[in-house]
Amino acid sequence: MSDKVNLKIDNIAVSIKNGSTILEAAEKINVRIPTLCYHEDLCVAGNCRICVVEQTGSDRLLPACAMPVSEGMEIHTNSMKVRNARKQIVELLVSEHRADCTRCYKNGKCELQELSSEYIVGENGFIDLVAHKGYTIDNFSPSIIKDDSKCIRCQRCVRTCDQLQSISALTVAHKGESMKVSSFFDKPMFEVVCTNCGQCVNRCPTGALTEKTYLDEVWTALNSETKHTVVQTAPAVRIALGEALGMPVGEIVTGKMVSALRRLGFSSVLDTDFTADLTIIEEGNELLHRLKKVVKDKDTTVRLPLTTSCSPGWVKFIEHAFPEYLPNVSTAKSPQQMFGALAKTFYANKLKVDPENMVSISIMPCTAKKYEADRPEMRSSGFKDVDYVLTTRELALMIKQAGIDFASLPDDEYDSIMGESSGAAVIFGATGGVMEAALRTAYEVVTGREVPFEGLNITPVRGMDYIREATIKIENVLPEWDFLEGVELKTCVAHGLSNAKKVMEAVRDGKANYHFIEIMACPGGCLGGGGQPIPTSPAIRKKRSEAIYHEDELKPIRKSHENPEVIHLYEEFLKEPLGEVSHKLLHTHYTERNRY
Amino acid sequence: MKKNLQRLDLIFKNEHDTEAILRKTLDRSHDEVINDLISSGLKGRGGAGFPTGLKWKLAAEAQAEQKYVICNADEGEPGTFKDREILSSVPHKVLTGMAVCANIIGSTKGFIYLRSEYKFLKPQLLSVIDEFHKLLEVLNINFKVDIFMGSGAYICGEESALFESMEGKRGEPRNKPPFPTDFGYMGEPTVINNVETLAHTYSILKYGADKFKDLGIQDSRGSKVFSVSGDTPNPGIYELEFGMSLQKFVDDFGDGDSKAVQVGGASGFCVPRKKFVKTVIGYQGKLRGTSLPTGGSMMIFNSSRSMYNVLHNYLDFFVEESCGQCTPCRVGTQQLLLGIQAVKKGEQPSSYLDKLLVLAEAMRVTSKCGLGQSVANSFSSIVENFKEEMIY
Ligand SMILES: Cc1cc2nc3c(=O)[nH]c(=O)nc-3n(C[C@H](O)[C@H](O)[C@H](O)COP(=O)(O)O)c2cc1C
Ligand code: SF4
Ligand code: SF4
Ligand code: SF4
Ligand code: SF4
Ligand code: FES
Repeated sequence: MSDKVNLKIDNIAVSIKNGSTILEAAEKINVRIPTLCYHEDLCVAGNCRICVVEQTGSDRLLPACAMPVSEGMEIHTNSMKVRNARKQIVELLVSEHRADCTRCYKNGKCELQELSSEYIVGENGFIDLVAHKGYTIDNFSPSIIKDDSKCIRCQRCVRTCDQLQSISALTVAHKGESMKVSSFFDKPMFEVVCTNCGQCVNRCPTGALTEKTYLDEVWTALNSETKHTVVQTAPAVRIALGEALGMPVGEIVTGKMVSALRRLGFSSVLDTDFTADLTIIEEGNELLHRLKKVVKDKDTTVRLPLTTSCSPGWVKFIEHAFPEYLPNVSTAKSPQQMFGALAKTFYANKLKVDPENMVSISIMPCTAKKYEADRPEMRSSGFKDVDYVLTTRELALMIKQAGIDFASLPDDEYDSIMGESSGAAVIFGATGGVMEAALRTAYEVVTGREVPFEGLNITPVRGMDYIREATIKIENVLPEWDFLEGVELKTCVAHGLSNAKKVMEAVRDGKANYHFIEIMACPGGCLGGGGQPIPTSPAIRKKRSEAIYHEDELKPIRKSHENPEVIHLYEEFLKEPLGEVSHKLLHTHYTERNRY
Repeated sequence: MKKNLQRLDLIFKNEHDTEAILRKTLDRSHDEVINDLISSGLKGRGGAGFPTGLKWKLAAEAQAEQKYVICNADEGEPGTFKDREILSSVPHKVLTGMAVCANIIGSTKGFIYLRSEYKFLKPQLLSVIDEFHKLLEVLNINFKVDIFMGSGAYICGEESALFESMEGKRGEPRNKPPFPTDFGYMGEPTVINNVETLAHTYSILKYGADKFKDLGIQDSRGSKVFSVSGDTPNPGIYELEFGMSLQKFVDDFGDGDSKAVQVGGASGFCVPRKKFVKTVIGYQGKLRGTSLPTGGSMMIFNSSRSMYNVLHNYLDFFVEESCGQCTPCRVGTQQLLLGIQAVKKGEQPSSYLDKLLVLAEAMRVTSKCGLGQSVANSFSSIVENFKEEMIY
């Protein structure tokens, strides 16, 4: 059999690989077929039926997303029969939907809304089922709001949570008219295994799953006479914010973002990248410390592999799924929380601002960071270390609300003493970035030489492969690290929790003996975080990733331990890595959680 | 050629030739047996009416280490209980059909997916299977049959939802293609046949394809077991030849006042009195006016019945039994039900029924599986034929 199939779509001939779907074939010739349940990142469900097309000679319509092409097929995507059917389906979805767009967070960004604007439903729709049945909204989680009355049951979220994250916090319950997306025993999201990663939010076509917003709280703080607002921006925000403000994917907007934050009225505009560098110092030293205990002192109470701890979705996942491995998780806080703890101590002291009057706000690519900031451990400054977490999307909304023409803003610079960062910090935003940053520093600490990779680019840990392994041989070490001479440092990088699960199972089953594992809960790392602009796709994440590595190359400083502000912070305040102050402010502990 | 309504005694005939049939079949080539089945004209008795010989042929041609034979005994259609009767009185016929199928397609593992309400049949079935396994051992046939208890949901009778439920997942129909003969239970090539279909293969293997083909009419060969209910003095199950007119059927089974017959249960068609003569019972084929018998339910309504209530009951059933995954079926069924209620109560004009007919047609052409696709059958045939009863 030939591996190409020839068919006609709307009388246009197209030849495509055998096994492709009608949807893929149509895409190839720029015929757009509407979709709802289909998502590039997920397996095909074929349940919304909006993508139906007509095949000559076939009575029933075919779902373009699920139907493989066959030789000689004649497909019509815009016949009367197709249009009528699609209109019926849109009408049905709207009838099942609490369509109060003007009050909806997704207004203007909603796939159902877009479809219904094409297939005008009008006044003579079907009977309103929401009015008939009533609804509930789950807004107990600090990260995610689930509004069943906005759900069109496309199951994108269910597939996301299962296939990408292997968590299945969201599943389908009941059948027929009662069928709905539900959690374990229909408990609120914050009581179940949900990691708050927000990947479902990123893929929900409607307003049924959204982040919990803290815009009002932040505006109030900004407008308060007495409050000093400190804002930090995560590495992955600067390469994605532009998307939400009409700029091309992969545009780096660091300088404009800083300008915009000043215009919005933040008192101090600082950078999470600064504490990303700090994380590398603390976590890198923790790794070396553990290696010393294990390799030299033969201390059996110290655990390897060490895993990263900067992704709060990952942290909550391991607390639920592999609690026996909590001692393996680095005690270093995430950069967001390190920043929060320092803001209300070191920084407040410097500025002579009463920490009580300081409001610490972070802009994150992430919904899990909202939950992280709420954890009871995260109050080491004596106050809530991070008061409010906004997603990239929420910041974009603030900028719009403020009437700022983002694209025309001039570039601006972060404020100092917690605003400087290295290229190593920037790449925190991409899967493999923390590993690369840690290796750049740890290798140099141990050998006195730079990592043996051209231009400091540790390419084996880069890329989008789900699980990547790399081994680095440590040679010609400095005398105090002689026990590491000749050791092959085994590392592993995984992104997406389903891959994290595979890695942890391999570790548990003794099939892998890594020293250091980097895990990011979201596909692609933070650049694909649950708080990033919607939509997301492999191509979009690739562009964001390229932007991140480009930004790294542009940085004059590429290694965390060379960040002058970090060096200064140790000299003046922290004294030494893993020291007493660090222990109090920058490290944390974890809690075993239920499995459902 | 005219035929009189005939009650047959083929399926339930008390005969025990399993060993002879298996020995005979082992001696013949697989192609011969398949061709026999194809020329017999046997079509599936479980729903879609797919030619059984062709199904086996496709599975035989599929390349795989492991293949499966599954007997669909989920029998969830309200008012049908013929599979239960077959399994309790002639289970060896069904097992014989499964073993022959396994032999032809190259399978060593079979399952009977038994409706959860039929749990009481399990012990006696297990002992028949035990005996059967001993016979297969003697004949050197490597094939084992297990019973899998159903989940209780009507949709799990749909073949791909049935596989999902056997695999421990939620019973939701899959996209097709791929079809079960390529990608069935556990993603392996699978033949899934209805209980009655398998029992018919026994007769064909014993009496030959021609004897079977002699019965019935062009597109619909052989006999069929019907579950007769409703306004009839003689409810029960009957084996009848295909090709009878509905008039003959009503003459025989009706109470003299029949105004409609629902052929094929909730997912079948409602035939009004004026169409009794023209309607021939068989698969939906080239003959105009024929009806799909699906599970073989024949429900007779006399003039005291409200067709609105009849339709209401069917829609209640669908609203609840839809798996809920696809838009047209999940929402459409609810809209049809609320819609006829609203018209009845005068909250919507009678023209709203026309809107619902358009909806039903859209459900037919866009739904993912047979359930949603067939709601229009009963809906449209009842609404179109008994419009006044819907309004007043
Ligand atoms: C909603 C639905 C329910 C079904 N229930 C049954 C059933 O209970 N028993 C059955 O044999 N087939 C049932 N079917 C048909 C099966 O999907 C399948 O076509 C059949 O088992 C194939 O066997 P056959 O070729 O012998 O008819 C159902 C189909 C649908 C769409
Ligand atoms: S989810 Fe979409 S369609 Fe629904 S109310 Fe919100 S914007 Fe409107
Ligand atoms: S936030 Fe993440 S873990 Fe929680 S339901 Fe969504 S996808 Fe699943
Ligand atoms: S919550 Fe969103 S993604 Fe999930 S089924 Fe509903 S509409 Fe789809
Ligand atoms: S047609 Fe109905 S039963 Fe079939 S898949 Fe769709 S919702 Fe489920
Ligand atoms: S997009 Fe094809 S069925 Fe939903």
